[in-house]
Amino acid sequence: MSNIKLITAAALVLFLAGCSQETIPDPEPSDEVFGPADSDASTNSMGSGDPYGGEEFGADPSAGELDTVIYFEFDSSEVRPQDQDIVGRHAMQLAENPRLRVRLEGHADERGSREYNIGLGERRAQAVRRMLMIQGVSADQISTVSFGEERPVAFGSSESDYAQNRRVEFKYTN
Amino acid sequence: MKTEVTGDIVPNKLRTLVLLGVLLHVTAAAELVIDVQGVAQPTPVAIVPFGWEGDGGVMPIGVADIITADLRRSGRFAPIAEEKMLQKPTDGADVDFQDWSFVGVEAVVVGKLLQTGADEFTLQFQLFDVFGRRQLVGYRMPNVSRATMRGAAHRAADMIYEKLTGIKGVFGTRVAYVRATGQAEDRLYSLMISDQDGFNEHTIMESKDPIMSPAWSPDSRQLAYVSFEGNQSSIWVQTLRTGNRFQVSARPGINGAPSFSPDGRQLVLTLGGVDGNLDIHVLDINSRQTTRLTTHRAIDTEGSWSPDGKYIYFTSDRSGGPQVYRVPATGGTPERVTFEGSYNARPRLSPDGTKLALVHNDRGNYRIAVMDLERRDLIVLSNGRQDESPSFAPNSDSLIYATRQGRNGVLETVSADGLIRQKLAARTGGDVREPVWSPFPRY
Repeated sequence: MSNIKLITAAALVLFLAGCSQETIPDPEPSDEVFGPADSDASTNSMGSGDPYGGEEFGADPSAGELDTVIYFEFDSSEVRPQDQDIVGRHAMQLAENPRLRVRLEGHADERGSREYNIGLGERRAQAVRRMLMIQGVSADQISTVSFGEERPVAFGSSESDYAQNRRVEFKYTN
Repeated sequence: MKTEVTGDIVPNKLRTLVLLGVLLHVTAAAELVIDVQGVAQPTPVAIVPFGWEGDGGVMPIGVADIITADLRRSGRFAPIAEEKMLQKPTDGADVDFQDWSFVGVEAVVVGKLLQTGADEFTLQFQLFDVFGRRQLVGYRMPNVSRATMRGAAHRAADMIYEKLTGIKGVFGTRVAYVRATGQAEDRLYSLMISDQDGFNEHTIMESKDPIMSPAWSPDSRQLAYVSFEGNQSSIWVQTLRTGNRFQVSARPGINGAPSFSPDGRQLVLTLGGVDGNLDIHVLDINSRQTTRLTTHRAIDTEGSWSPDGKYIYFTSDRSGGPQVYRVPATGGTPERVTFEGSYNARPRLSPDGTKLALVHNDRGNYRIAVMDLERRDLIVLSNGRQDESPSFAPNSDSLIYATRQGRNGVLETVSADGLIRQKLAARTGGDVREPVWSPFPRY
């Protein structure tokens, strides 16, 4: 059982890692491409060194540490109080960067009928969408999709598996 | 094909075991493991090994074994073991009714497979009533090839079953279902079709993204389904023979739960739009025009036609929890159909129009229930914790659905009266779900 939990936890970590990667847009091209123009330039490895020690600074608009998954109670599409701050930070990021696009992916646990669960997952995604829009995010920046119970993170049938699967994920797509 | 019955089981013992509710493990197919659990009294019959006249000493397939497995799986028959047979005629003229009556069977099947060309065979069989000492069926199929041999054997089983029970057999039908394998990056979804006994399994479509809600066209030539390729839901119709498919709905938001109209020209489906209000729509497949049938802000989904085409039954949680409603297919006011219990979803009507199958919350367990539309009573047919996706056989006499076995979904069938239940576990593994029974084959 503990193995299963470990695997699940590992899968979750990998999964979250995957999400946060998607969350961070590719950095703007740095000035490295303007490196020394001498004929031996090709022998320099492009990424390894700005001879001037240049580095990026300033706030990354998509703040890498921002959680990209929030969870829901059984049979509920209400964003929990402790997750409202996460949604608020996504809202701020999106409002400040009108070119950013987010896909809200709603999910349900496995109980009950599959297509009805698509509806429950959509309800969750829509609850987050409304919260983002109230905080100034344009409707054009948001799309929703519900996977219902079709894409579980935890594959067991315990309450804690169910709790991990009732979720909305933020996927940045630009 | 190999048919193994554990232990030395004579019909009487079989009956006792079945009455005790003991699971008999019958290896009846290459791909499927089938457990038959029945409580009815199966009728003892004899399917005599078929004769073979053709190249080589061995018949290409065991015709009698296929018929035996079909009849046994129905739960209504107890075919006797070959060792119990006092004679093994292959021609009706050689049947000794005295012998068969001594053995205690009520019906005997004899027959032959004759090779008439390189890939041409004739399958013939005769069914006899032992007590009445008369032939009930004599039938010859002269256009059989290696590829259609199993189908011809199922056809024979269908004719035998119908003659003895008065109910049209479904051994020549197929089942479509979705299988999911692997986790995380290795997750793979497959839309599959097999014969109803699990043989001839084919992959129709495969995707890294979820596949859902397969639905047969009334002529069994096409399947409609939902695909999430590109992280967006869309509905497709795929022709089985060619593999060609076309997209019929890919609107913003949810495109889900397709189901064909009885005439095959329309699909009922669920559209959610950008605001995510799931409603029932009807799509004309040729013109691509849609008509919206419900407008409630609740979840309205899982639409399915009544066999007469007049109504569309669907799930709605407009009263709080999900319940079944119906609306005239041409539009009108929805009326509530189910009132018993807090959760009734995914309605499917029996092809004879008398019964409604649904997913019902039975004291915390999601189970398959059938409601008699006239008497309005609800009978729970399954006994799992997480049973879903009921689909009627085309003869309305049994249903197939998905249940959990450990972490995986497996398929079960149950007779509409709940007396005979059997598990069809895919041996190739994976999480099997959303079975849908095909219409009758066109013989």
